[in-house]
Amino acid sequence: MSEEWLIRGASVIGGDATDIHIEAGVIAAIGDGISAPGATVLDAAGLVALPGLVDLHTHLREPGREDAETVETGTRAAALGGYTAVHAMANTEPVADTAGVVEQVWRLGEQAGYADVRPVGAVTVGLHGKQLAELGAMADSAARVRVFSDDGFCVADPLLMRRALEYVKAFDGVIAQHAQEPRLTEGAQLNEGETASRLGLAGWPAAAEEAVIARDVLLAAHVDSALHVCHVSTAGSVEIIRWAKSKGWRVTAEVTPHHLLLTDDLAVDYDPRFKVNPPLRTRADVEALRQALADGTIDCVATDHAPHPVEAKETEWAEAANGMTGLETALRVVQLAMVDTGLLDWAGVADRMSARPAAIGRVPGHGQPLAAGAPANLTLYGPAVPATPVDPAAHASKSRNSPFAGMPLPGAVVATFLRGTATVLDGKVTR
Amino acid sequence: MNRHLISAADLSRDDAVLILDTAEELASVEGRAIRKLPTLRGRTVVNLFYEDSTRTRTSFEAAAKRLSADVINFSAKGSSVAKGESLKDTALTLEAMGADAVVIRHPASGAPRRLTGWISGRVVNAGDGTHEHPTQALLDAFTMRQRLIGAGAGAGTDRRGRDLDGLRVTIVGDVLHSRVARSNVLLLSTLGAQVTLVAPPTLMPHAVETWPCLAGYDLDSELRKSDVVMMLRVQQERMTAAYFPTVREYRRRYGLDTGRMALLPEHAIVMHPGPMNRGVEIAADVADSGRSTIVQQVANGVTVRMAVLYLMLGGMAEEAA
Repeated sequence: MSEEWLIRGASVIGGDATDIHIEAGVIAAIGDGISAPGATVLDAAGLVALPGLVDLHTHLREPGREDAETVETGTRAAALGGYTAVHAMANTEPVADTAGVVEQVWRLGEQAGYADVRPVGAVTVGLHGKQLAELGAMADSAARVRVFSDDGFCVADPLLMRRALEYVKAFDGVIAQHAQEPRLTEGAQLNEGETASRLGLAGWPAAAEEAVIARDVLLAAHVDSALHVCHVSTAGSVEIIRWAKSKGWRVTAEVTPHHLLLTDDLAVDYDPRFKVNPPLRTRADVEALRQALADGTIDCVATDHAPHPVEAKETEWAEAANGMTGLETALRVVQLAMVDTGLLDWAGVADRMSARPAAIGRVPGHGQPLAAGAPANLTLYGPAVPATPVDPAAHASKSRNSPFAGMPLPGAVVATFLRGTATVLDGKVTR
Repeated sequence: MNRHLISAADLSRDDAVLILDTAEELASVEGRAIRKLPTLRGRTVVNLFYEDSTRTRTSFEAAAKRLSADVINFSAKGSSVAKGESLKDTALTLEAMGADAVVIRHPASGAPRRLTGWISGRVVNAGDGTHEHPTQALLDAFTMRQRLIGAGAGAGTDRRGRDLDGLRVTIVGDVLHSRVARSNVLLLSTLGAQVTLVAPPTLMPHAVETWPCLAGYDLDSELRKSDVVMMLRVQQERMTAAYFPTVREYRRRYGLDTGRMALLPEHAIVMHPGPMNRGVEIAADVADSGRSTIVQQVANGVTVRMAVLYLMLGGMAEEAA
């Protein structure tokens, strides 16, 4: 079943309005006054066309925590956020540390059909940080795993980290590190700073992230392998990554939407909606992260979409789960934090949210420039849609733990196409 | 006054002085043959205690009973809490029982603040994690005023309406994990006292320079200019977590013994929120000396908590009318 579309008057990555003809899953033509009598016409006046977004960091929770999210609900949320591909993190139950589990997750994604699901394989068995998982088997499986991560936990053992970086060179893999020195963050609850100190919450020092990143960039350089730094949250981390990149080392990094907008003082009422790992930091960190994303030191935005059931957040702060949903708000947050502030244009957004994450994840068919012949993975976004408060109850995600609830965010994702098939139209999933 | 008492920062200078003055008033009840006032008859006060703290729980219980309130003690041991009921569900249960006030002690910082979102009654923080313990600060302030402000103990009238302007208070020890220290810094500075924290650098809170107090590492130099020295308890679990090398070294650098006590000005008093580690942060003969207010603090705890419950709940009938 192949759909044929004629998108009229879209601004391709912020350029002049033009037409986009989609046929047989690819972009057949881009230009003015295209005639396509058999196509369904979509009026895209005022909309920006972006290559379909690619998320390097998504928790889909299946298998094991289907009460929080499933591959189907998570990828519906992804499509609504403008995403055409997501990387499913490995901290499921069972852990995605075998070819069997990653193939299961990949197949669930194929069946759902809302976005391409790229499973991330665990670096170590059970995320325990003791023994390498069968990385090669996951790489060779039907899921074609290229990104490996123990996310949620740091690969803290320096020797194991070195071996993992070395080993994945055989199949062009990348180790995505959750940088958190475990001893320095025992019991940690909130960014170590003025707010945590006043609230009596155990501090999560910036140095615990920076120390691991510093170690890992040196290891990546030493073995000439690819390191990706997950959810960079501090100004100091940015400096280390900038230095590593200046050496020409193979280091990439991501930042989450919430770390681009929110700060630790939001914890003042102990509302666990704002509890996340790494924690929200200070205004100075937010500014440094924005600058780093703008100048390319940080390669991409990744959501770290982390759905949790209501009861995991309706507790005391210390008892609550870490994490925030993010797929359905990411592009709007990026507009507010990066585009409306003049730090990025839409071409820059396309680069940081599609091209670069696709390249880091070795995702075939995604992140390509919108041009004739490319797979028709694209998103139509309305940046001029007036800001409306975020309502998590209206989200497709099974979970409601959005830190942006009630916060007015500009813009709206109007349509998303996955290989020429509309997954979202008029801001709603198509089926 | 605010609906709830979660942090000492919830109290303005006038609120705090009103509580101290009310406590003075209520203290006179202690001298009477029948020590009960009918003020809170028909009101229900729940003591919700997730940590063992016999002294704080009995203090609140005595305070509520002397005001004729009905008291329900709900402790984590022997209740559904032990079976894993969430704080929210416990709160809804207490709400259904008609609790007018919940006095909560909890190991998690912020639990009382969370509770305010789930119940309609008043919430009094009786100590939450490493956050605050505002009624402890109030009873400490009351004790300081009783001992050091106005024309000596007993008279009362001279002190009414007065704050702690100019008083120099030194708080010593594990400030990092101390809810008593946090509440005292906030309350005493509101009342005009000048607070100095003394601790080993490992036990000094991050960003302490943003707090309304001074901070230093040298106890001896601070003692010479202190009107009050308050010693904090060193928890057992800190002694093995590399905050300081040995208990012996801690005692040598930060413990209050008779030699150090001699550095204090003549009028200065020694306080401790209890329970004490005799021989660690405070020597036995200091704890038992005439400068020590430790027993007086316990007695004042009941009257100050009576004042808090009285001011928070006493007006409720008028509100309803």
